[in-house]
Amino acid sequence: MSTLLSICLFALTVGLCLVLVRLFRGPSLPDRVVALELFSTMVAGIIGILAIAYEEALLLDVAIVMALMGFMATIGFARFLEQGGRRND
Amino acid sequence: MTELLEDGLLLAGTAFMLVAALGVLRLPDLLTRMHATTKAATLGVSLIMLGVALHFGQGGVVARALGVVFFVMLTAPVAAHVIGRAGYFVGSRLWSGTVKDELKPNYDPYTHRLKSHLETEANATRLTPESDDAS
Repeated sequence: MSTLLSICLFALTVGLCLVLVRLFRGPSLPDRVVALELFSTMVAGIIGILAIAYEEALLLDVAIVMALMGFMATIGFARFLEQGGRRND
Repeated sequence: MTELLEDGLLLAGTAFMLVAALGVLRLPDLLTRMHATTKAATLGVSLIMLGVALHFGQGGVVARALGVVFFVMLTAPVAAHVIGRAGYFVGSRLWSGTVKDELKPNYDPYTHRLKSHLETEANATRLTPESDDAS
């Protein structure tokens, strides 16, 4: 793994930690959903970099699935909020 | 040359994603946080995927990487719209420095109905039917 890929992975991991802080602290449920969506997008980016690092093109399928799951989770949470589900912020 | 371009794309994508993460941590309320995450993260993952496509350079892999870009660009605005709408409905608090909330005077949170201030007499009689009383 080259130095540049290591730098990229390290920076993205630091970013994931920042998002996790917001996920725990977020004052309301929509804030946490936004943090989760960013989390899944960043994981898709990390998987792309790992695909380069390990020369494994198949990992891109995992990135597609990751982005899809984040989108579905956001839509589900938004529907839940709009229908007025019980919340415990 | 190609490798240099690929390295640049990866670094730029990483930088944009780091900025998005920093923004979601540091910005004061829901809408500003969404403003950081949707645009910067979409651009970041798009740049990284372009770098991946450039690295492998085979038809199938390029198609898949561009598929990720296309998919993220298609879904991120929809997800942002939906979660922003839900956040406004449940009344998440705006930042204390917010200058103007254009939606507030025109929006009825109980019926989810917007006023346009262009209501004529005919519209007004049509827009105040029994359905409003029922809800």
